[in-house]
Amino acid sequence: MLPSIFANQNRTETSKYSFMSEARKTPLNALHRRLGAKMVNFGGWDMPVEYPSSGGLLAEHRAVRNGAGLFDVSHMGDIRIKTARTKGGALAAVQHLTMNDASKLAVGQAHYSAMLYPEGTFVDDVIVHRLGEDDFLLVINAGTREKDIGWVRKNTAHLDCVVEDLSDAWTQLAIQGPRAIEVLQKLTTADLSQIKGYWFTHGTVCGFANTLIARTGYTGEDGFEIYIPSDVAASEKTWNSVIDAGSEYGIVPCGLGARNTLRLEAKMALYGHEISDSINVWEAGLDRYCKMDKGDFIGRASLEEAKRKPLTRTLVGLEMVERGIARDEYRCWGEAGAEIGVVTSGSPSPTLGKNIALAYVKPEMSELGTTILVEIRSQKCRAKVVATPFYKRARKAAAQPVAN
Amino acid sequence: MAYPAKYRYTKEHEWIDASDNNLATIGITDYAQHALGDVVFVELPKSGAEIKTGKSFGSIESVKAVSDIYAPASGEVVEANAELQNKPETINTDPQGAAWLIKVKLSNPAEISGLMDAKAYEAFIAEKEKEASA
Repeated sequence: MLPSIFANQNRTETSKYSFMSEARKTPLNALHRRLGAKMVNFGGWDMPVEYPSSGGLLAEHRAVRNGAGLFDVSHMGDIRIKTARTKGGALAAVQHLTMNDASKLAVGQAHYSAMLYPEGTFVDDVIVHRLGEDDFLLVINAGTREKDIGWVRKNTAHLDCVVEDLSDAWTQLAIQGPRAIEVLQKLTTADLSQIKGYWFTHGTVCGFANTLIARTGYTGEDGFEIYIPSDVAASEKTWNSVIDAGSEYGIVPCGLGARNTLRLEAKMALYGHEISDSINVWEAGLDRYCKMDKGDFIGRASLEEAKRKPLTRTLVGLEMVERGIARDEYRCWGEAGAEIGVVTSGSPSPTLGKNIALAYVKPEMSELGTTILVEIRSQKCRAKVVATPFYKRARKAAAQPVAN
Repeated sequence: MAYPAKYRYTKEHEWIDASDNNLATIGITDYAQHALGDVVFVELPKSGAEIKTGKSFGSIESVKAVSDIYAPASGEVVEANAELQNKPETINTDPQGAAWLIKVKLSNPAEISGLMDAKAYEAFIAEKEKEASA
């Protein structure tokens, strides 16, 4: 009865990279094992899925929502694109490769974006950081690293830029949760309160100068991601310092299991699930990150054409009404008996205490409140379409005006 | 957690206690609950249902995954543990005791002799752990 944990993660990629029999390890792999983490193969990487020493997945999830959690996300890839000769070369390359408008980024700012195939479907989703006027950093997914770097090189070969794969240069740690700022502030000279969401700075962290500190994450919570040297000693020293600094806020090591439930509650897409090489931007509902008026980019023409036709499927949030948990790839049915879609991600929501899911369904079934039947082990269980994100963090209240 | 000597064990990490004549009790091992993580949902057959050796008779869900439970022996379900409906997390705290899954009237009690005893099961999971940390 052994669980097939994360069997479907990155399913569209595993077949392509199945020749990689040996799972890759981050510089913190030995530390995870010493902590007694349960390890799984995720997109070709030997990664911690949960830490029994943290209290397990649910405890990790709650720590991030209520205090702080620490994740090793070094499996993520990093691609740097710099101008080769003439000012503007790197920007032109990033604009050609990605769907968001990178010209709007100030130096020190980042945004969510994606690289698309000519068909308007996803190569990968990325966070684009503008390190300098002519210097960009794309943070990409682990399971798509080789594909992405190949894609970037191939599609910028004719452009005025230099492409560097920095994926193995850094250990990437995510410190997430409402208390993350207090935890990290103890370890850095940078004034973190001055960094807005999706902005970054460089500062000394745990003695490592010029560390990239970004106010980003994949949990729907406030938090930071830091990029430190990738040797084992530096990585373990920083990890342990963050744990020590966070102990008063209940920080715990968190694995991919909590990362998945946290991102699902926040309705953040996961490659191979909500986005893939067969799903386009409009279907995924990522319109606001796709700037059709910024000039040409790969995939734009197809998206222009797709926009003139009605959608055939759209991504919705589901909440189970009957007992049962919808899982990835379960089929969805209408009450009238027709098959109307498929689940892309599903899980109990630790924060809401309900069973939630994301699913692609026919657009006429996407109205809030619509009843959808999810086929769970040959039983059709009632669910309803609900508003997303399932969870939205409370923003810090602005200073209250003084009553007079 | 120790593995009781009077139980027999499968490679799929179920245990069966057939010491009470022909009314056997079936559950999952501590190793299995640990591998699963936080259990949030259990699906069990109704009394009267037939179970068949090696075939799935229900499922246990943790937050992150669904796992089938396989029958260690054939027989007819006499009772399913109703407590687990509301308190599935008992499987994490007492998998080899209070969180038994079903009681079964065995159709061929001799089948049990083909399963591992506690010592053999402990050796089996020690081997698994070694593989996992390699």
